[in-house]
Amino acid sequence: MATLKVSDSVPAPSEDAEQLRTAFEGWGTNEDLIISILGHRSAEQRKQIRQSYHETYGEDLLKTLDKELSNDFERAILLWTLEPAERDALLTNEATKRWTSSNQVLMEVACTRTSTQLLHARQAYHARYKKSLEEDVAHHTTGDFRKLLVPLVTSYRYEGDEVNMTLAKQEAKLIHEKIKDKHYTDEDVIRILSTRSKAQINATFNRYQDDHGEEILKSLEEGDDDDKFLSLLRSTIQCLTRPELYFVDVLRSAINKTGTDEGALTRIVTTRAEIDLKVIGEEYQRRNSIPLEKAITKDTRGDYEKMLVALLGEDDA
Amino acid sequence: MALPLDLESLTEAFSGNLGMGVDENALISTLGKSHKDHRKLFRKASKGFFVEDEERAFEKCHDHFVRHLKLEFSRFNNAVVMWAMHPWERDARLMKKALKKGEEAYNLIVEVACTRSAEDLLGARKAYHSLFDQSMEEDIASHVHGPNRKLLVGLVSAYRYEGNKVKDDSAKSEAKILAEAVASPGEEVVEKDEVVRILTTRSKPHLQHVYKHFNDIKGSDLLGGVSHSSLLNEALLCLLKPAVYFSKILDASLNNEADKTTKKWLTRVFVTRADHSDEMKEIKEEYNKLYGETLAQRIQDKIKGNYRDFLITLLSKSD
Repeated sequence: MATLKVSDSVPAPSEDAEQLRTAFEGWGTNEDLIISILGHRSAEQRKQIRQSYHETYGEDLLKTLDKELSNDFERAILLWTLEPAERDALLTNEATKRWTSSNQVLMEVACTRTSTQLLHARQAYHARYKKSLEEDVAHHTTGDFRKLLVPLVTSYRYEGDEVNMTLAKQEAKLIHEKIKDKHYTDEDVIRILSTRSKAQINATFNRYQDDHGEEILKSLEEGDDDDKFLSLLRSTIQCLTRPELYFVDVLRSAINKTGTDEGALTRIVTTRAEIDLKVIGEEYQRRNSIPLEKAITKDTRGDYEKMLVALLGEDDA
Repeated sequence: MALPLDLESLTEAFSGNLGMGVDENALISTLGKSHKDHRKLFRKASKGFFVEDEERAFEKCHDHFVRHLKLEFSRFNNAVVMWAMHPWERDARLMKKALKKGEEAYNLIVEVACTRSAEDLLGARKAYHSLFDQSMEEDIASHVHGPNRKLLVGLVSAYRYEGNKVKDDSAKSEAKILAEAVASPGEEVVEKDEVVRILTTRSKPHLQHVYKHFNDIKGSDLLGGVSHSSLLNEALLCLLKPAVYFSKILDASLNNEADKTTKKWLTRVFVTRADHSDEMKEIKEEYNKLYGETLAQRIQDKIKGNYRDFLITLLSKSD
């Protein structure tokens, strides 16, 4: 469930655009006004505001925001204001340019989006970068990471609920055998994770637990802590089966890290606020004995903090 | 301009009332000449034959309708059935059939994956979901074994950029990679990660640049059979010179020695390419260049009856 709070009656996009314009006028910027508007509009509404702003003032709202704002707050507003498909295209493009921790972002987008959302991201990627997502991912990854990530980003999974129980049993057995021998990069393991429907994958791992007495993620803890591929594989499985728990883990690491990993924090809040941030928040509290909002406000400040709180639906607007 | 489709006669004919005074020749002429949008209207209007998949935006055939049509129009060797279908369904069914048939039919997977536009390949994947309750890639990945698996899965999963923007330096360095891959002993070319990466992710315009640089560097033709894997060689041909590929397929199917399976290629190529006038024109030119006679002439010589008339009508759409 979403945490974004949008009132039943919002001003017309042109009014919002006008208000935003006033936020930029004069000396300094009225960040509170920006948050109170953009932080309470749906993706469709934000799209219309951008359109209206462009029509009225001849400039892309995002360009203006880029000029006027800075740092973490700007990043949060920028990511938030983009349409989900464009946002995913931006995140994945950035990820292909950075180092290995960015493999996680590629996997996250590929596995936590619906098939249609992933497809839209790929279309937005073409439009924005004049190349395909997969050619960039393939070019910038090597070896085992490429073997896993390219199939993940190019998957177009069936989204029905039908499950083949015989197949689930077979594939659970296959996975068990490979994991036992620590063949984490096995072709068939990757095949199953990157092509089967989420329903089928869930059935397979349920079967795994029934037949072998332990959860797949527990089995994968036996491996080497420094094995980055194994760590990515674990996250992949988590994203495909219990995405909200994956997000809780990422948020906790981001917040507890010395200095806070704002990148991850911003990314999760802006990409999930309209999807399942509520459920994620509930799980967060359950596992960490502190509400997500409190954890965030303890570790962030200023306009950045205010924006995150607004997206969590916890501000007074 | 295509003739407006006479929905009533077509429905009559498809319902099995050919004997009841419907002019078969006129009907075939109308159907053959029909614009794809008219056929779409027909599919939308014929709820008894087609069911609308709204989420995926195409009209899919009822299975009983497919069986029925095959019987009714058996003289046309499947041409009418395939022609009436939505192109996405057509391609999805072709893929499924190829998978079922096994290794000797995998060239079909390569053909569909490499000669369709990015949107049409995507559409075929959507239709696959709708028809078979699974994804195309999962089916292929679980049925294909050995060195060709990575190539085939990669080819059908591609959603290639279709603009003309190409980074020539990148193309040049990838040509070098291919040249080295082809020259080096040991691992088969199709198993080389870099080869598969380039062929399954790069845009077609980019690949054209790679092709040109390869031939310059190596002094030999990338399309001259660089791999032991016929599927890889075919993929290269389909991606770089589809008109040549289709001409060769057509010639093989029109050969006297052609077996039953090969003869079916004729229908497939005609039906799947006839809506793409530019491509058909290129195929006709290429065919003429390669074999010294026109495709139309060859069809007239080799094929008989209503099937021939249907093929000729399809051919004339791109005149």
